[in-house]
Amino acid sequence: MNELAEIISKNEDRIRAEWIRDMSKSVQRADLMGKAELDEQCRALLGAIVQGLKTNGPADVTTTGWNTARELLQDISASRARQGFSSVEVATFVLWLKQPMFASIREELGKNQDKLLDTIWTATELLDRLALLTTEAFLAAREELISRQQQELLELSTPVVKLWDGILALPIIGTLDSARTQVVMENLLQTVVATNSKFAIIDITGVPTVDTLVAQHLLKTITAARLMGAECIISGIRPQIAQTIVHLGINLEDVVTKANLSDAFALALLRSGRTVTRLSSAKVRPISNFLTKREE
Amino acid sequence: MERIPVLRMGTLLLITIQVDMHDKLAMQLQDDVTQRISEWGSTGVLIDISSLEIVDSFIGRMLANIAAMSRVLGAETVVVGMQPAVAITLVELGMSLPGVRTALSVEAGMELLFGAAALNFGSGDERTEA
Amino acid sequence: MSVLKREILPLKTSNDVVLARQKVRQWAVELRFSLVDQTKLVTAASELARNALDHGKGGSMTIELLNVGAKSGLRLIFEDQGPGIPDIEEALKDGFTSGSGMGLGLGGSKRLVNEFSIESEVGKGTRVSVARWK
Repeated sequence: MNELAEIISKNEDRIRAEWIRDMSKSVQRADLMGKAELDEQCRALLGAIVQGLKTNGPADVTTTGWNTARELLQDISASRARQGFSSVEVATFVLWLKQPMFASIREELGKNQDKLLDTIWTATELLDRLALLTTEAFLAAREELISRQQQELLELSTPVVKLWDGILALPIIGTLDSARTQVVMENLLQTVVATNSKFAIIDITGVPTVDTLVAQHLLKTITAARLMGAECIISGIRPQIAQTIVHLGINLEDVVTKANLSDAFALALLRSGRTVTRLSSAKVRPISNFLTKREE
Repeated sequence: MERIPVLRMGTLLLITIQVDMHDKLAMQLQDDVTQRISEWGSTGVLIDISSLEIVDSFIGRMLANIAAMSRVLGAETVVVGMQPAVAITLVELGMSLPGVRTALSVEAGMELLFGAAALNFGSGDERTEA
Repeated sequence: MSVLKREILPLKTSNDVVLARQKVRQWAVELRFSLVDQTKLVTAASELARNALDHGKGGSMTIELLNVGAKSGLRLIFEDQGPGIPDIEEALKDGFTSGSGMGLGLGGSKRLVNEFSIESEVGKGTRVSVARWK
């Protein structure tokens, strides 16, 4: 179907100008993309389409002659996805090419009805395929963005807090699935090394349900910490959770557990050779003393 | 042939594993440790794996073996400095190395051992003549 | 799916296992896998390479760089012409086994990768293929 390639080549400038004009009339995104950039993209795509047509023909856009066109469309889609264009705007980028292309085809082949129809059909099929490709690429880019954001959210939602020298606390809020466990483990273990902390208190007050899977995930974390030389204490076990654990037959024999975080903290302090003492009342001053300057 | 050096610090044996070990090297280390404990009457073995980026089941078993054999010979073993990625992988692999004591650093490891050694009979001096 | 790069390494000596580990590490670093993912893949490679050598009496490791759309990954194929594994299900179970010593290797390795497949025929050999995606 080199005819289509010829027609496009011959009328390239006009097709491009009309294409850009039609697009600008309906899809106003001057805020996201400058004129020069748009012009360059259209020029490149038209060139790539001609190349594809001349090398492999219009039927199969996965062939090597269409590599340039495909890569171009993928780049355009991905960058527009990141810039904030909608999926409709991205797909219509290709589809708006139809009108100018048909106009040129009719001009060149107007006399020959059969040829006219065939060529228009070929052109419309081709552009539909390319538009689908564009949408596919757009969706892929969006999915990648979403998964990246999910990852960031995961990392933000499991902070590791230093309670004291060598004692860390890890309050977990929400469900503990395997993806989250990976993040939790990595975070915790890296902090253990960085702070040289022998004790880590994993508080599960904010974990709604603890079934066998969640227990497994917790045990993995505890075992990994132990392998490195740190000990974990689980705290924040609500009464219902305690019942579930027993009912499910989950074995927590090797795990130190405490009902609440303060008990766990007290234990960690003790185990690390420290104790909390009360100062004699003569020595106790109100906090406000520390906030204002005062002669002692 | 190349071996992993086993250093002596009083009653302590200090081993730092820094190379990517092939199996023969690992077996040699096992032999050397047991040999040295007998020879020097050591009561503590400290293995520093902070440079090891990979610990597979073979190396894991080696560490467990060294700990077990040393214990039979009257010495306690502590493995120190396991990297986080290694710990995560070992757990996934299914190895928890029970019977192998661990510590975060060489200092922490020595604290553990000297605390433990204090409970052992004598300080090793009785065994130096032969 | 396309294979962008491929290399085959022999597994005939215990030093080859070390070389195999280093090669997998190198490619994983190139692909910018996270440290934990790198460690998992290299450890799995170490397990399987050792199996091919010890149990399979020597073989090879093929390493491939894969690409599907925007996703990239590494595939490792371990082949040997050894005695084969009579009961694959049993071999995949965890725990130390007496004798063959394969207990921990296969089942554990499976958990370290995203894709795992194994074919084995008694008297003919074994082929284990694993892949990890970025």
